[in-house]
Amino acid sequence: MNSPDSLRSPVKNARGLGSARSGVHHFIVQRATAVALLVLAIYLVVLLVSLIGADYAQARATVGHPCNAVMLVAFLLAMFWHGKLGLQVVIEDYVHTPGRALACQLVVVFACALAALASVLAVIRIALGA
Amino acid sequence: MAEFALPKNSKIQPGKRFPAKPGAKKVREFRVYRWNPDDGANPRIDTYEIDMASCGPMVLDALIKIKNEIDPTLTFRRSCREGICGSCAMNIDGTNTLACTKAIDDCSGSGVPIYPLPHMAVVKDLVPDLTHFYAQYASIKPWLRTQSAPPAKERLQSKQDRARLDGLYECILCACCSTSCPSYWWNGDRYLGPAILLQAYRWIADSRDEDTGERLDQLEDPFRLYRCHTIMNCARTCPKGLNPAKAIAEIKKLMVERRT
Repeated sequence: MNSPDSLRSPVKNARGLGSARSGVHHFIVQRATAVALLVLAIYLVVLLVSLIGADYAQARATVGHPCNAVMLVAFLLAMFWHGKLGLQVVIEDYVHTPGRALACQLVVVFACALAALASVLAVIRIALGA
Repeated sequence: MAEFALPKNSKIQPGKRFPAKPGAKKVREFRVYRWNPDDGANPRIDTYEIDMASCGPMVLDALIKIKNEIDPTLTFRRSCREGICGSCAMNIDGTNTLACTKAIDDCSGSGVPIYPLPHMAVVKDLVPDLTHFYAQYASIKPWLRTQSAPPAKERLQSKQDRARLDGLYECILCACCSTSCPSYWWNGDRYLGPAILLQAYRWIADSRDEDTGERLDQLEDPFRLYRCHTIMNCARTCPKGLNPAKAIAEIKKLMVERRT
């Protein structure tokens, strides 16, 4: 009760730094990527099942087919984007130490971006026959 | 980080037992959270045995009987005793509800556990500190805001528009929903919580209010609004049978609607 905070009015604390006036973009993209993943994940499962019993050359040819490569890249982008948005929410929910929260958010952004770039590059290399 | 264990001085100790008088016929046990800010001791659970033959049907009746006849130190809020003031909101038998409308017979088990509303600072015993909750309510400016000049008599509203307030205007701000919400537990300093968001929507949905855009501006925030993850504890616990989660979903829909 003797902290400096106790001299601030409760409404001062409740209003805080004000509204960020953002958040709906996150909401929309999270749902848009979820809808995309619904379709793309089914496509991926079907693709993987079709590869059962295939040898390396067959698998490479299937992944390298332009249609499959495009769908795979779309899946990877949607998944890592959606994953980034989800992890961001988890950190906002549970990590409250100011510096640590920002650090966690940066790690998530960099990790998701790098993983997305690396996996997309892998598909492109196969598709272009590198 | 989120708190997953109680701080040392909040750990609950076993408390006193108040046995029923000899000759009591229908004994029911109540296990009540006790904490006194003045004695420096940890909280404890006191157990009261009550003869139901001489006690009213509601949990509030039992609490009043305890205070009047067994232990006058027990502290709790109460006023209307008919579910309209929201004062006696507390956690009874594992669920936030109003002591005055919760029937003792509807509680499971032999001992009825009674705690203050979860994850709020405790003032004493069953009395939580709702200062921040009320300040959050004040922050949404919960009154009719208009730009047009006041009419000679009253601002009219069609029956259909009035019907849109059903399920919203009944909220008594007892805080059962907000204090049942994990998002409010972890981020209550910034997240407005289900009760305040339902109240915010009550004004957004009001056909006479002309400040809808400004209200939405004030709510569009990752913490104020978007901490709601549709956990639905609010709708499950509301003693008035309202659905704050639906009101929040309506706000989220309007946020998208004004963008698309």
